[in-house]
Amino acid sequence: MKPFVLNVALAAIAISCASSTASRAAWEPVRPVEFIVPAGTGGGADQMARTIQGIVTKHNLMKQPLVVINKAGGAGGEGFLDVKTSSGNPHKIIITLSNLFTTPLATGIPFNWKDLTPVAMLALDEFVLWVNAEKPYATVKDYVDAAKKAPSGTFKMGGTGSKQEDQIITVGLEKAIEAKFTYIPYKGGGEVAVQLVGNHIDSTVNNPIEAVAQWRGGKLRPLCVFDAQPMAYDEPIADGKAWKDIPTCKSQGLAMEYLMLRGIFMSPKATKDQVEYYVELFKKVRATPEWQEFMKSGAFNATFLTGADYAKWVEAEEKRHEGLMKEAGFLASN
Amino acid sequence: MEELANLFHGFAVALQPYNIMLMVIGITLGVIIGVLPGLGGANGVAILLPLTFSMPPTSAIIMLSCIYWGALFGGAITSILFNIPGEPWSVATTFDGYPMAQQGKPGEALTAAFTSSFVGALFAVIMITLVAPLVAGFALRFGPAEKFAVYFLAFCSFVGLSKEPPFKTIAAMMMGFALAAVGLDSITGQLRLTFGVTELLNGFDFLIAVIGLFGIGEILLTMEEGLAFRGGNASINLRVVLQTWRELPAYWMTSLRSCLIGCWMGVTPAGATPASFMSYGIAKRLARRGNNFGKGEIEGVIAPETAAHAAGTSALLPMLSLGVPGSPTAAVLLGGLLIWGLQPGPMLFVEQKEFVWGLIASMYLGNLAGLIVVLTCVPLFAAILRVPFGIIAPLILVLCAIGAYSVHNSTFDVMLMLVFGVLGYLLKKCNYPLAPLVLAIVLGDKAEEAFRQSLLGSQGSLGVFFSNGLVSTIMALGLVALFWSAIQEGYSRLRTSMA
Repeated sequence: MKPFVLNVALAAIAISCASSTASRAAWEPVRPVEFIVPAGTGGGADQMARTIQGIVTKHNLMKQPLVVINKAGGAGGEGFLDVKTSSGNPHKIIITLSNLFTTPLATGIPFNWKDLTPVAMLALDEFVLWVNAEKPYATVKDYVDAAKKAPSGTFKMGGTGSKQEDQIITVGLEKAIEAKFTYIPYKGGGEVAVQLVGNHIDSTVNNPIEAVAQWRGGKLRPLCVFDAQPMAYDEPIADGKAWKDIPTCKSQGLAMEYLMLRGIFMSPKATKDQVEYYVELFKKVRATPEWQEFMKSGAFNATFLTGADYAKWVEAEEKRHEGLMKEAGFLASN
Repeated sequence: MEELANLFHGFAVALQPYNIMLMVIGITLGVIIGVLPGLGGANGVAILLPLTFSMPPTSAIIMLSCIYWGALFGGAITSILFNIPGEPWSVATTFDGYPMAQQGKPGEALTAAFTSSFVGALFAVIMITLVAPLVAGFALRFGPAEKFAVYFLAFCSFVGLSKEPPFKTIAAMMMGFALAAVGLDSITGQLRLTFGVTELLNGFDFLIAVIGLFGIGEILLTMEEGLAFRGGNASINLRVVLQTWRELPAYWMTSLRSCLIGCWMGVTPAGATPASFMSYGIAKRLARRGNNFGKGEIEGVIAPETAAHAAGTSALLPMLSLGVPGSPTAAVLLGGLLIWGLQPGPMLFVEQKEFVWGLIASMYLGNLAGLIVVLTCVPLFAAILRVPFGIIAPLILVLCAIGAYSVHNSTFDVMLMLVFGVLGYLLKKCNYPLAPLVLAIVLGDKAEEAFRQSLLGSQGSLGVFFSNGLVSTIMALGLVALFWSAIQEGYSRLRTSMA
């Protein structure tokens, strides 16, 4: 018996060595991967996560399934804390939006993006200033004049969430044009766009994908985009105008720029191989025609960053959010 | 007329063998999803959404909407058999459905529920077919004030029209409001009542509360009553379906009223839950045997089920024409539309005729297929009640635990469900009604949000709730409903003093 046992033991050691060298060469998930969305079903982050899930399934990009899970509680805090406490579990990734910064700053929950491992920036989401198409203001200048003329606080800006990106932009706008808006928070971007169509609010800063249907239906009018340069897509959308034809707010005398991160992080203490695996995966996702189509339909800024560049970008953005939110008085008191 | 031609073209699309197969698969999957409390239509559709990415959009939406119909039908099964509503809008179905099952009439209750769902949905689809363009614009008139008015009406019609002692009703409702307040305050962005506990960030989910209050609470009560599971003598053959059908036409008035309430609430952004509660509350007042409601009256099953499905179906109209989802499931479907490259909104009906009318045709056919599937299974479902309590109770408990866990994948929720179970048992023992508590958990934060949004917009003036014809009318209706008993009493006194 003894030689047999010895043989088996040797074989086991040999196999384990082989497998460990293999895993050094390339890590791969061995269980289903949880894809956390720190927002509700149907929102922008959720749509992107489910599109990625669909692309991965359709093109067979992963051997293990990718499972989308919404953890929206506490403005996404639930999702972030979940990934933060899953230290060393490489089968958990999370898609982020600006609440990566705004939620911990506004609510004081014990979380910072540095608790997680950055993987990649997939895209940046644009913000556009929208008004109802029935309103007389056709340019930013008309809009600013109207907002200034309205009695203080009667001009209503609708947006998604409270003390998050839409309200930060609104505060920036107020400062830039020295007027006072009343900000009304709603649950989702689609609802905000419809409230604007119904004339219950005066303007919004919806993402392109949230308002494009109403623009094409002739109900809403885009005035300017909060980016340094116009959007890249030149296919006509409505009245012969394309996303590219929307001027930047800066060029119209509104000095406010804002872009929202659509990026991927994973649990703390991930190894280089593990991060590398997901980076490669998302590179493959980005190469598919479905992803190109998705980027076009939402007029996304398709910047892709990984590694140190990505971390550097996030760090700068965090500083900026802290500054913007401090000025607006949005920081948690503790 | 052009609409009718389009619809027939839609039928042709939906009736292709491949699409019929998808329809049946969808319904079956949907029923299974609906039977598991907690999994629910929204989660089910979300899980299965990626499967459909390789299909043509019309086939994909047919399959997904059939899962949705299936889940709606399935939700009624657990509500009636075990007193566990799987979806917010099945809560009102338990009030009379479960007592009926206990009296040995599960077949009747299930048949009534399924048939009413079908009638409600059919009514709504016909409305969508005929007046879609007219009605779609109506939802646009709903700002925060109008929305609050609708919630106010739902609360008032439930309090004012119920025959429970008003103070107990209000106490239970206030408890529900307090529970609904936990979590993120969506107006200020601050955390409320979470005491630094991570698990409370999400607030109390309605499903957890309901599975505990109704499901676990009921098991505790049954245990106390000596482990007897009533309803064991249920007749289990298909004749029960036909017998029930013969009774149903007598309740046409309740059905019609519920259809109208449902369609109206579905087109406004309020949705199916207030519709089912309101329809139940009004039927209780107006039905001839209203005093018997809550003790197993078939009309008490018909009213909420018809309204919920009429609302659920007509809620798809604002989703397609405005891009605003009326329910969580509709929100997931909306995500699907975008992934297939379809942009919901005013242009969808113009640019994607084949898709829209294929979907509408599949609503007709999917509902019919669903009705046939579930009705043939009525004896099978009813037979479940013949299983001895000692065997079925642990199974229900496991089912509840899985359901509670799958809402947020969290074991904390399973504990919470047990706590709610004990709470439900205590409240029942003290004769506090559970329904207002549940209603407040479901609609409390939505009503609060709409209220505060209105006041933000009006700079704090309450006049906003009477600022135009629409909102004033709804508010006035709500006040009438709230003081209905007083008004009725005053009126009869006036008559006696006159005479």
